[in-house]
Amino acid sequence: MNPWLLFIIPFASAAIIQLGLKRSAMASSLLSTLSVVATFVIACTLLGSDQSDSWTWVKAGSFELNIGYNLDQLATGMMIVVTGIGMLVHIFSLGYMKTDSAKARYFGCLSMFMFSMTGIVLASNFAMMFIFWELVGLSSYLLIGHWYHKDTAADAAKKAFLSNRIGDFGFMIGILMLWRITGTVVFADMDGSALGNVCSCLAGAAILLTFCGAVGKSAQLPLHIWLPDAMEGPTPVSALIHAATMVAAGVYMMARLFLSLGVTPENVEILSYAPQVIAWTGGITSLVAALMATQQNDIKKILAYSTLSQLGYMVMAVGLIAPEAGMFHLYTHAWFKALLFLGSGAVIYACHHEQDIWKMGGLLKKMPVTAITFLVGTLALTAVPFTAGFYSKEEILYAAKGTPLFYLAAFVALLTTFYMLRLFIVAFLGKPREHGAKEAKEVAPIMSLPLILLAIMAFAAPHISQIFPVPTEWGFHFKILPDLNSSVFWTSIGVFVTGAVAAFVVYSGKDKDPINIPLFRNKFYLDEIYQKLITICQDAVAAIIHLLDEFLIGVLLVGGATRSAQGVGNIFRRFAQNGSLSNYAYLMALGSVLVIYFTVFA
Amino acid sequence: MLFALLLIPIVAAIAIFLGSPSRITALAAALANIIVAAFAITQGSCSVSFQVLENPNINLSLGLYDGMSVIMLILSVLVTLAAVYSGKCPEGREKLWFSSTLLIAAGAIGAFLATDVFFFYAFHELALIPTFLMIGMLGRGDRKAAAWKITIYLATGSIILLAGLLLAMGHLDSFAFSDLKAIPAEHQNTVALLLIIGFGTLVSLFPLHSWAAPAYACAPAPVSMLHAGVLKKFGLYGILRIGMEVAPEGMAHWLPWICVLLLGNIIWVGLVTLNQKRLDLMLGNSSVMHMGYIFLAIAALAANGDNEIAKPAAVLLMFAHGISIALLFSLSAMLEEKTGTLEIAQLGGLAKKAPAFAFLFGLAGMASIGLPGLANFAGEVMVFFAGFADWSPKDGLGWVQITTIIALWGVVLSAVYMLRAFRNIFQGPLVKKTSDACDICSCDVIPAYLLSAVLLIVGIYPQLILQFL
Repeated sequence: MNPWLLFIIPFASAAIIQLGLKRSAMASSLLSTLSVVATFVIACTLLGSDQSDSWTWVKAGSFELNIGYNLDQLATGMMIVVTGIGMLVHIFSLGYMKTDSAKARYFGCLSMFMFSMTGIVLASNFAMMFIFWELVGLSSYLLIGHWYHKDTAADAAKKAFLSNRIGDFGFMIGILMLWRITGTVVFADMDGSALGNVCSCLAGAAILLTFCGAVGKSAQLPLHIWLPDAMEGPTPVSALIHAATMVAAGVYMMARLFLSLGVTPENVEILSYAPQVIAWTGGITSLVAALMATQQNDIKKILAYSTLSQLGYMVMAVGLIAPEAGMFHLYTHAWFKALLFLGSGAVIYACHHEQDIWKMGGLLKKMPVTAITFLVGTLALTAVPFTAGFYSKEEILYAAKGTPLFYLAAFVALLTTFYMLRLFIVAFLGKPREHGAKEAKEVAPIMSLPLILLAIMAFAAPHISQIFPVPTEWGFHFKILPDLNSSVFWTSIGVFVTGAVAAFVVYSGKDKDPINIPLFRNKFYLDEIYQKLITICQDAVAAIIHLLDEFLIGVLLVGGATRSAQGVGNIFRRFAQNGSLSNYAYLMALGSVLVIYFTVFA
Repeated sequence: MLFALLLIPIVAAIAIFLGSPSRITALAAALANIIVAAFAITQGSCSVSFQVLENPNINLSLGLYDGMSVIMLILSVLVTLAAVYSGKCPEGREKLWFSSTLLIAAGAIGAFLATDVFFFYAFHELALIPTFLMIGMLGRGDRKAAAWKITIYLATGSIILLAGLLLAMGHLDSFAFSDLKAIPAEHQNTVALLLIIGFGTLVSLFPLHSWAAPAYACAPAPVSMLHAGVLKKFGLYGILRIGMEVAPEGMAHWLPWICVLLLGNIIWVGLVTLNQKRLDLMLGNSSVMHMGYIFLAIAALAANGDNEIAKPAAVLLMFAHGISIALLFSLSAMLEEKTGTLEIAQLGGLAKKAPAFAFLFGLAGMASIGLPGLANFAGEVMVFFAGFADWSPKDGLGWVQITTIIALWGVVLSAVYMLRAFRNIFQGPLVKKTSDACDICSCDVIPAYLLSAVLLIVGIYPQLILQFL
């Protein structure tokens, strides 16, 4: 199969929907779903293949930027994650968005997203990755703002785009620096040893600036604020874009970078101080997000903060020069987090768009398929042995062993168990608290089928090593049976039990939250602080600059010149009295011609 | 053939004045020009000339001097068609409206087809006269003041420019572009300074920019489209064509100043743009801001004349910016027609009522903030690569690199103001002004679709334009 089809099919689907099918919602949704099924099949046939191709996008002298693909295990494995989850999300959306008035636009944007994400995954060079990097940002913007007539959705979409732009500011500088340091933007031609030839402060800066792109896209501190707000978008979108694939692109990009530079634990010093900063950014993000998650009441917000926290894990692994662990966690997390989001979508759908877990309750009896699959997702996220999440989290803990980050990661695991079980206990156990939950009933098969398939993947994922998005160069393999002598294993069992017991003791049978920590509930007041900062540093400065611009330049500089000219002009006015504007214009033209005439013939 | 490009709009303008149906004639002329231009470009260089004066030797010679002329010609004819189509002419003023529009176009086309300095300069001056008339007589708001401001500014700029050109010409054999060469080093600094100030004023280089936004806001839509989209590129074209040839070392001498001033455009004016409350002023300022990026390419070229990327980057961005800003001004005129206001705070939720219009505006806005897949991004990213092309990582960062890094922040600024405007105008709940608005009918927006298609096609495949260079 020609890999270009992976680009062409979703792009054609998006274009046809936008140009022709807007009026036919049914046809649009089917076209979009079929296109993603087709790309999934193609992605499967390309597994393990090793091809590349490119065409010239811009050329100036000897300088060239190309659009091309480069297949390897990292790319083809990631394509399975993207198209596989994409396919299930499309199918789920057929049910979830059935009655939406802008269904055609929704599916058009989803196809657009599939196209852009494919571009990131298959990109053969940094310039192309940047192009598609921004395009996923656009798809995300459009889908978060799907219900744009709601102020909250419109604001969230804008916030997401702008936070990403800030990250991309650094990303672009990083790309430019890497271009000059390594002499190329093409992944296949990059050579990490070139980093050793420049001063270490510059090498570290180049890596960290590139990492800025990941901070924006993967919502790491301090640019994490957009992801929770992005939950304003339709829930299947949250599952696909804001949990499984796009937000993980930052981790993918860093893995791709390390792979191209040939970074290994042995030659890590070429990266200078960058790895520590990356690891701690991830670690702190995972901790802060987990703390915030413990006090949220909106089912999607809890999942959003847990996504942040898990992304923090992955970034931490990358910073610990264990990108294979990061990518493996990305892979397993994608399946079970998509499951959790789609499950929450089913719950929200069944409860008539109620999202507050304290207004739910007793859903286990009302919608057993959803509840049981949700429980599977919860167990995978809390890393119960033999679930997908267990293996990948274990790898990250191994990578962190011997550093302070190990304790941080273990504590985050405890918090994860606590807040996820809190969610499950409050929403699914006990008795229904409000009207919506009382009337809830199981969702249609078109929505529960994806849930079941994802639940299977939450167990099966670690056993299909053919589709791991982990490059063969990294020699990655993990043990199916946990190492019972290892302190890592017992630590993760210990934190799970502690978290679970705590959650049951605190939340079992409660009707309202017995704990109230405003600092966590209000997300450390970061949104408010940023709002203040933007108001002061940007808007107020802009207003002052505007004022200066009008007065300094407009009135003093130019006004002074015009006033002195006016003085002279007053003398002339007696001769060429107040004619119409057109006269003035023609006089001026005449004058210019005369000036030219005299100067030329002088 | 090339004379036809010039004569068609002039003859059409005269015909309109003599009473031929104005709108139809103007449209026919604009369309004919596109066809003739397509022929002229595909047939390769066909230069024509006849002698105007014997001593000094002045020839009116037109030609597609090189790829830069070709690209500017494409830009001119495309924007002309869209401009003729745009805006709402006041009852009874059709003659002035359409003939002036065509004359501006003729002047711009003449300037970009001229192959010598004399007519290059003269055609630009010619185009300014109908510009003043249109703003002063058919503009909106405080039109007299805006017309005066632009008149004084551009006339002053032109005179300074003329001084620079004449000083340079004193050391050259003829006015022809083909005879341009570096003048003696001791004069280069002066000439470069005069050219930077002169051309800079015409391009609204900071701090000589304050004429632009009010003029565009007051001008009728075709004028802001043609001026911001096409005519303003005259100054950049001039620096690339003349400044870089006659005074390369002089340009290099003033490099730090160019860097500081272009950052003035990007950051200072970017912040000014952020604080605008009216869409037309915001667009006018954003156009000033984006000139900074083209100057960045010029700075990279000034720092090292062998920079391969800088010139194609500048030309591509000139083209892309011209198309996108013309589209935005055209749409903003439509918006005012629909809702009766351009105050951003008074609008809201328009996408519900006018989805096709919102799509077009969104596309144009995204193009202007440099979204990949649309032409401006290709230009901008090449400018940034041009800025780093000469950097050797073993040395520290030079003037151009530091400028590039700061300039990149402008990409964030422009996203902020454009998305804010889009959010406030098109998203959120409906408000009084927008609740009765209707969507565009497709016949009104054919040129808008044309310009959008150009942005998309060039954005996806920039080689289409770059191949001419």
